[in-house]
Amino acid sequence: MDVKVTVNGETYERDVEPRKLLIHFLRDDLDLTGSHIGCDTGNCGACSVIVDGVLLKSCMMLAVQADGAKIETVEGLARDGELNGLQQAFSDHHALQCGYCTPGMLMSATALLRANPRPSEDEIRKGIQGNLCRCTGYVNIVDAIKAATE
Amino acid sequence: MLLREVEYARPASVQEAVRLLSDQEGARALAGGQTLINVMKARAASPDALVDLNGLDELKGIDLGSDGTVTIGAMVTYSEVIGSAEARARPILGEVCAQIADVQVRNRGTVGGNVCSNDPTNHLPPLMVSLGATMHITGPGGERTVPAEEFFLGVYMTAAGPGELLTRISVPPGKRDGFASVAIGKDGTCIVNAAASVNGGARVALGCVDAVPVLLKTDSVEEDAVRAALQGANLDPPSDVHASADYRRHLAEVVAVRAVAQARGKS
Repeated sequence: MDVKVTVNGETYERDVEPRKLLIHFLRDDLDLTGSHIGCDTGNCGACSVIVDGVLLKSCMMLAVQADGAKIETVEGLARDGELNGLQQAFSDHHALQCGYCTPGMLMSATALLRANPRPSEDEIRKGIQGNLCRCTGYVNIVDAIKAATE
Repeated sequence: MLLREVEYARPASVQEAVRLLSDQEGARALAGGQTLINVMKARAASPDALVDLNGLDELKGIDLGSDGTVTIGAMVTYSEVIGSAEARARPILGEVCAQIADVQVRNRGTVGGNVCSNDPTNHLPPLMVSLGATMHITGPGGERTVPAEEFFLGVYMTAAGPGELLTRISVPPGKRDGFASVAIGKDGTCIVNAAASVNGGARVALGCVDAVPVLLKTDSVEEDAVRAALQGANLDPPSDVHASADYRRHLAEVVAVRAVAQARGKS
């Protein structure tokens, strides 16, 4: 099936099998490997992207379902090689250890801060509930998101 | 993980969706996909064709009737219920949806998908039973309605049969409702859950203790009466790695008492 999407402002058109998951389409067909595959069971959130303004896990959506959609991935956060405020806060607060969950954490935090620019700590924790950090580095991640609001 | 090869259709109307589902035996409706796509990865389900209900406006929207009835389209997401002013007329709807999984899943998972998959650990089947909701089903033979307490037929089986679609759910007015669960991790998969509605007596629907929600009605809302109803229900819950049958039976009483107490605390 023909699928046309806009990812981080760039338009792509590809012929896609219906069985292909959105995460595989992004990584394998479009070579956007920033979004990760952690668990492939919908638990870990490493594949989180924003589709038409909605945060979702791209391992639980078919690529053909994204036809016509505007997709935002972690590659779209930095501008002209400069980290955005949220990414800089992650760097400043050492909000990553192995870094595998980071793309998903950044997208969840991006969606959270759009909906709620001044979240409480509890709201931040709720906002990243769908993202697992197996290094268990949550404290610094929460601190970084908090700092990005200041 | 690579899914088995599958055909994909995006119908333009509910009528077309029903026709596609009736024409092909191996066709399955795709709602939010937060369960179906995962069981397809594991090949626990291998439909020949997916009929995608996303994009059908007829299945969207939450409506508050003049009599206080809240009608929820089958393709309304949990996040939409949580954010809906209309759904707030029956506050428990948003309160329970906010306890399902996480932001991403709530943004995509649907009310219709939750009840139609009828996984015994799901939140909404017992809730709809305790609320006395009405399920609207469309099929090749036209529309019909089924009370929630007759909708759930077995594990993964409901009254919406092959070739049929749940289109919306009507929830009667009321405020005095409660929901309590013991889950694997915060907002995780339920080990036992209970939904309660108080109106004179109590309607308590228990989840995870049988193939379908178990409905108990009590004349009194006092704790002793709720405990007596549970003890008299002869529950025979399953044992698994998360809880033995005995422990589940114990928890069922605990969450039932909590759900009724929560419902009584509301005015």
